[in-house]
Formats: sequence, structure tokens, C-alpha cells
Amino acid sequence: MKVRLVDIAHARSGDKGDTANVGVIALRPEWYGIIAESLTLDRVAAHFAGVIDGGVERFELPNLNALNFLLHGALDGGGTLSLKTDAQGKVFSTAMLRMVLDVDDARARTLALPAAPA
Amino acid sequence: MSGTAASNRIVRVASGQGFWGDWLDAPRRQVEGGPVDYLMLDYLAEVTMSILQKQKERDPAMGYARDFIGAMESVLPAVVERGVRVVANAGGVNPTACAQAVLEVARQRGAAGKLKVGVVTGDDLLPRLDELIAGGHPLANMETGEPLDVVRDRVLSANAYIGSTPIVEALARGANVVVTGRSTDTALTMAPLRHEFGWASDDWDRLAAGIIAGHIIECGAQCSGGNCLYDWRNIPDLANVGYPIVEARADGTFVVAKHPGTGGRISVPSVTEQLVYEMGDPRSYITPDVVADFTSIRLAPDGEDRVRVFGITGRPATDKLKVSIAYRAGFKAVGSLVYAWPDALEKAKAADRVLRERLDAMGLRFDQLLTEFVGVSAAHGPLAISSGEAPEVQWRIGVRSSDRKAVERFTREIAPLVLNGPPTVTGFAGGRPKVEEIVAYWPALVDKSVVRTDVEILG
Repeated sequence: MKVRLVDIAHARSGDKGDTANVGVIALRPEWYGIIAESLTLDRVAAHFAGVIDGGVERFELPNLNALNFLLHGALDGGGTLSLKTDAQGKVFSTAMLRMVLDVDDARARTLALPAAPA
Repeated sequence: MSGTAASNRIVRVASGQGFWGDWLDAPRRQVEGGPVDYLMLDYLAEVTMSILQKQKERDPAMGYARDFIGAMESVLPAVVERGVRVVANAGGVNPTACAQAVLEVARQRGAAGKLKVGVVTGDDLLPRLDELIAGGHPLANMETGEPLDVVRDRVLSANAYIGSTPIVEALARGANVVVTGRSTDTALTMAPLRHEFGWASDDWDRLAAGIIAGHIIECGAQCSGGNCLYDWRNIPDLANVGYPIVEARADGTFVVAKHPGTGGRISVPSVTEQLVYEMGDPRSYITPDVVADFTSIRLAPDGEDRVRVFGITGRPATDKLKVSIAYRAGFKAVGSLVYAWPDALEKAKAADRVLRERLDAMGLRFDQLLTEFVGVSAAHGPLAISSGEAPEVQWRIGVRSSDRKAVERFTREIAPLVLNGPPTVTGFAGGRPKVEEIVAYWPALVDKSVVRTDVEILG
């Protein structure tokens, strides 16, 4: 089953220099596991290919049902150097939430995950 | 006071400003809306110090966050009559002048002699840069590894991020108001808690709790319903949003709350969003006071608009301080025009091609040219999925160059396109784009032992 990340998580992003950070938080505690499994380093790096110039780092915060990602080379130099509208990475949060996950049907039913609109 | 009463004692630290430019009304609302013991005001972002340094060069009496003086005026009755104490990093590159301006306001308001202002100095490393470099402190860029020598002649300001200790000293010496330069945002909350509860400088778990309390409230309403994605439609009355208050106990647990009757919302999701804001490695949130572990934080609802925070652990602080250095890094300008239906995006793209061809033909040298189509892909770039034809598109192009003349010439090439480029174009009323000098940020580390802070009490 296809599940939109925006339907099962919320997020906030910010900056440190040329790096954007994106914190992804499960909307329900029981959804943290599937989010942590699905948002692998490779999957997130592939999602942002062509958007960022650098690598990705991934951290887990199971205590907050959250993941934190550092997206390097995301802000055209960052801070005052950047020519981007979003020089401070404020809207990378929902760029991350554009991801669509593939979840096993039975598991999706057990977790009551909302299906992506057809 | 009995042991139990002491351990149940609550100290309230209210956040009244999340950055220089935040809501002018917030500090007054925080001291008038209900009980608070301390008001914490954060004014400094990464490049603020360099702006203040430029102001000080023009006028030696300037160089601090002027907004703070208005804020002090609005909270003065609470400070003088009810004993609310204020901690702010509004001092910028001239904390002493800032403190004197506060005392002048008090004098004008008939409160002369009723205010003691603590001034924390020693963070300003600009006068000591050559001495430090010669002494074997290269102040290498934390991101690129380059030594500061590369940009030494273009440096505008250099400030060490200092911790809570000198603020605690100022409070212990009776200051009602403490003004610092580049102290960390989190120290402004941590210091009152250390002062009130007497937390030792190696009580790592409690210090980490103080830092995390600071992190949660340092961005003002961003933890109490502002910029909150979770259930955003239903967050009530943002027009009267309540800024956050930490209700702390001696054991390092605390509740994040706001005054009754205010708007916004404090919930586990709203606090979690703020916790992950600008986060790096969550196990190691490094501050001058302690290394806090964000993976230890526990959150629980504690009634309406209240979240309890507990379980926090920390580890010993490092022997380094972060240094915020600002340097001149060339020039930039950004211009834009708006193209209307039909074929708005195609027209904007055509305009972009025409402009770039003209810039090429003139042989202008830019380090960077960046085009965005606002309304289509400025926010999410190639990840944005268009759902039909855009009714209008703002074409936005920026250039960056060490050559000021090239950037100036660019600013004159936008408006002509209104008459000699693609059709149905508007949005040029703002005139030519402005050329801005870029002041860039150079993060570095320095040995803690070389930074000496000083506390002075004025008034």
C-alpha cells in the first residue's frame, strides 16, 4: 500500500550554515517504527538528489518518536551568502513530507495507516 | 523552609523575544499576564553581531539591540515594583552602552537608583584576533577547515559564545537586569535556574535540563503554536499567542506553559517540533556549560497547554568554545518580475534566458546566478509537483560576485525586460534591486582557557 509521509508525520526544519536539518515526527507513537524503517539514509539521499549538493546524516530519537536528518550543501552556501528564497531551510520540512512510502498491506491495516489518495 | 517545600519550589522563566525583530508586545504581555520570576530575551542570530559592529564603527555609543531599550521601558514597572528579573543578550558588541541606555530609561521613568544592571563582557575577540592567531589558535572554519588567515583582512566581528557562569555571577551580585554580548541563547534560561537552585557546575544532568529548557523557549512562540505544522488549522487565537514559560524545579524537571487566556497551543507535538529545530547530533548538543543528550528527553501532557519535561541527562562540557566570526564576502542582489496567465511559467523562463544572454554578452563575472520560479518551485525545487497551469509566476533571479560593479550592472538589467522581453509582465514597482554587501559567517572553535569573561554591576 502507498502511504504519504505527510499523512503520518509532521516536521520542522532549520539551518546551520549550508546545512538544513529536518526533524520528522510520527503523528502517532505506533507509526514511529514504520517511519524509522522506511526513511533510511539511502532513501532520503535519493529523495533529495538534485536538491542538495552534499551528503545526508541520519539520527534516531525514539524517545520523541522522531528522526533527525542533516542535509549538507542544501542552502546555496547558507546564511547571508545564499541567494535562495529559503536561505534558512525553513521549508525543507514539507519537502521531506512529499515522500511516499511502500508499506506491506497487512501491516498497514494493523497500524491503521491512511492510504495515499489514488 | 523545609526540604520538601524547597524541592517543590517553582521558578518561572518566561521567554519574551525569540530574535531581534520579534513581536514588540511580547515582553510586556509576559510580565503582565501572570506570575513570572525571570524574563529571558534572545536578540542574537549568527550575523547580528556583524551588523551591530558596523553600527558601532559609525557611532561608538551604538552596537547593541535597540529594541531591547523599548522592551525594558515596557516591563520596567514589573522589574522595579514586582522584582521580575531580566536576562538578555541584547548587548551585542557594546553591552556597557546597552546597560547605560537601560539605566537612562529607568532614570527618565523616575526609577533612578532602583535598578542594578549586570554587564557581562569578554566574549568580544575582535581586538585579540592577531594575538590569538600568533598564539597558535588558527580559528579554523568548522565546516571547511580553512584557517582564519584566509579572510583575516575582511573580518568584521569575532565573538566567543559564552555560557551561563558570568550571568549567574551577575544575578548573585544582585543585578535585576543582566545584559550580555554573545552568550548562548540557552544560557539566558539556564543561568536563572542555576542561580535559584544552586546547581553545581558539574551537575551535568541538571545543567542539561536547563539547556534543554532554554532550547525549547529560546525561539519564543515557536514552541507554543507559532510555525507549528501539527494540526495548524485548529491552533486557536494566534493573534494573541502566548509566549512560553518554563516552570522549573530544583530536580531539573520542568513544565512548559503559557499564561491563561492567551492564544496558541502548547502540546507534546508543538514542543517536539521546537526540540528538533536546528538540531544536529541529538546525543551531543554541545554548549559551553554541558553536552546535553536530546535522546534522554521525556515529554508528557500535564493539563491544558502544559507539557512536562523530565528524564534529561548530560555529559561534561568540552574544553572549547564556539566562536562566531563575520567577514565581508562580496556583493549580491536579487531581482524579480511577475508573469501572468497564459503560459506564465514559459514566459518567466523566456525572460530568464534573455537576461542571462545579455549578462553573458556583457562579460560580467558572477560567482553564482540563481533563478527561482516563485509559485512553482522556489520552496521545494524539483520535488514540487505542478498540479496544472500556474495562474501567475514570480521570476526571481539573484547574483553574487566579489565585483561590486558586476552586481550593480545586473540591477539595471531587470526593468528593461518589462518593455523589451516576454509579455504580460508586472511587479516592477519596487524599482531596481539593491546591491547588498554580504557579511558571511565563519564558525570556529577556541580553547576555553583563553576567553576571560568579566562581570560589572552598574546603577
